[in-house]
Amino acid sequence: MPNVWTIFKRELSGYFSTPIAYVFLVIFVVLSGVFTFYVGSYFERDQADLRSFFQFHPWLYLFLIPALAMRLWAEERRSGTLELLLTLPITMTQAVLGKFLAAWAFSAIALLLTLPLWLTTNYLGNPDNGVIMASYAGSLLMAGAFLAIGACMSALTRNQVIAFVITAAVCLGFVLSGYPLVLEFVGAFAPEFVVEAVGSFSFLSHFTEVSKGVIDVRDLVFFVSLMAYWLFANAGVIELKKAE
Amino acid sequence: MVEIEHLCKNFGSLKAVDEVSFGVDRGEVLGFLGPNGAGKSTTMRMITGFLAPDAGRVRVCGDDIATNPLQVKRRIGYLPEGAPLYGDMTPRAFLRFIAEIRGYRGKERELAVDSVVEKVNLQPALEKPIDTLSKGFKRRVGLAQAIIHDPEVLVLDEPTDGLDPNQKHEVRTLIKGMAKEKAIILSTHILEEVDAVCTRAVIISAGRIVSDSTPAELLARSRFHNAVSISIRANTVDGMAEAFRALPAVDSVEVLEAKDGCVRLQLFPAGDAAIAAAVSELARERNWALEELHLERGRLDDVFRDITSGESAQSRG
Repeated sequence: MPNVWTIFKRELSGYFSTPIAYVFLVIFVVLSGVFTFYVGSYFERDQADLRSFFQFHPWLYLFLIPALAMRLWAEERRSGTLELLLTLPITMTQAVLGKFLAAWAFSAIALLLTLPLWLTTNYLGNPDNGVIMASYAGSLLMAGAFLAIGACMSALTRNQVIAFVITAAVCLGFVLSGYPLVLEFVGAFAPEFVVEAVGSFSFLSHFTEVSKGVIDVRDLVFFVSLMAYWLFANAGVIELKKAE
Repeated sequence: MVEIEHLCKNFGSLKAVDEVSFGVDRGEVLGFLGPNGAGKSTTMRMITGFLAPDAGRVRVCGDDIATNPLQVKRRIGYLPEGAPLYGDMTPRAFLRFIAEIRGYRGKERELAVDSVVEKVNLQPALEKPIDTLSKGFKRRVGLAQAIIHDPEVLVLDEPTDGLDPNQKHEVRTLIKGMAKEKAIILSTHILEEVDAVCTRAVIISAGRIVSDSTPAELLARSRFHNAVSISIRANTVDGMAEAFRALPAVDSVEVLEAKDGCVRLQLFPAGDAAIAAAVSELARERNWALEELHLERGRLDDVFRDITSGESAQSRG
């Protein structure tokens, strides 16, 4: 556990020692503002809630989270530090967890920076703060799932751009899998239970459930097990492709 | 301290490492030599636990790396090829990170960092991002992270590669200074280095060990071992070569150069005979003005080429 903490610290401070951190945070806050007020019609809706803020998170994450995850392993591979890291007395699990948690903590920081929006809403009206809290939790969980996918994809390549593109593509699949477009396409050739299975992998539907204020165990299990799965795959990919 | 038995590693159809076995004890500096692509780095990566061997065993102080990797990794200090480092960190932050992973906390950690910084003379670069440092400083940071926990076994993959002569000298002095209480394995393709720091030289070619001996034994295998090169002030070389060849201990004579009133000859001894005394005596008898007499210890690059070129040509095609 101390090793996870050491790796976590190094990784997180790594974000802040380059402009990536600040660019990311600024873009995240600005874009979520734009989505909330312009696209989501925060004022016009005349409702004291943050639905117009949260409903765009899956789309925001779709291209911002891959940017956060792409350097996790690809950079280690490119610079050769992977060899340094994996010959230190740490286990693969510690390395994978430390890095993932650092990226996740960073996305939590980004979310924290949107708190003024919550305060504003409380100033303007009487929102259901329970719902908002649940939405924040759901958003963070979803970010974690995106990040776990990104970490695994980043382990596949030494090229950060490739890692970004593949991650975005895979994440898009997970976001869209609840959409009629995808479901009808799958339904055209696959039996009903496959369609349901594909639909149940949708980030969108799970996130929408959570952001209604109901934290269902199933949604929790969904996101947590998805993270566990992708991190497990992440460790496997590193183990397999170390020599390259 | 380090025992390597029948190590094999294949990459696809390429046998990168093929039945490599050797042992290193405390106080030994083992020079691991071979042409590029011979399998030096792959072997070192298996010793340090980065790659898993396809067959064979690595044990460090009795612990098998396959069954007890953390214990082995704790005992090893490793400088990977090219000394990769986290470029956006400063050397201080980086060394703190390594020290923490190595189990140093709080005050102990600062002490470990300070003492290693002093050992490798890193003070002037301590607070600048590693990316901005010169090659020499970067290599020192790499060495520092390898020795910060005072490991019993040190594995260095081309520690002096790409450094200028002064920096090379510094690194070698550092390695020699630590040699007594550690088992050190270092790979290189610079042969003078073997002579300068190693107590033993293992030559590997196309994945197989082709020679395991001391640097002196390697030198003795050279055609030039105990050969004498001389310069004589004379306008003509007539008769000289014949006269030297007539000496019983001299096997053959080569005329290297004859111009500007100066003749240079290379004399090869028969067997292991020492011929310098006989040669200078003959020159005095004949009243040849001897300008220079130089006894060769042998040429490692010759031996190296002899040992590795035949082998690699056979199996690599």
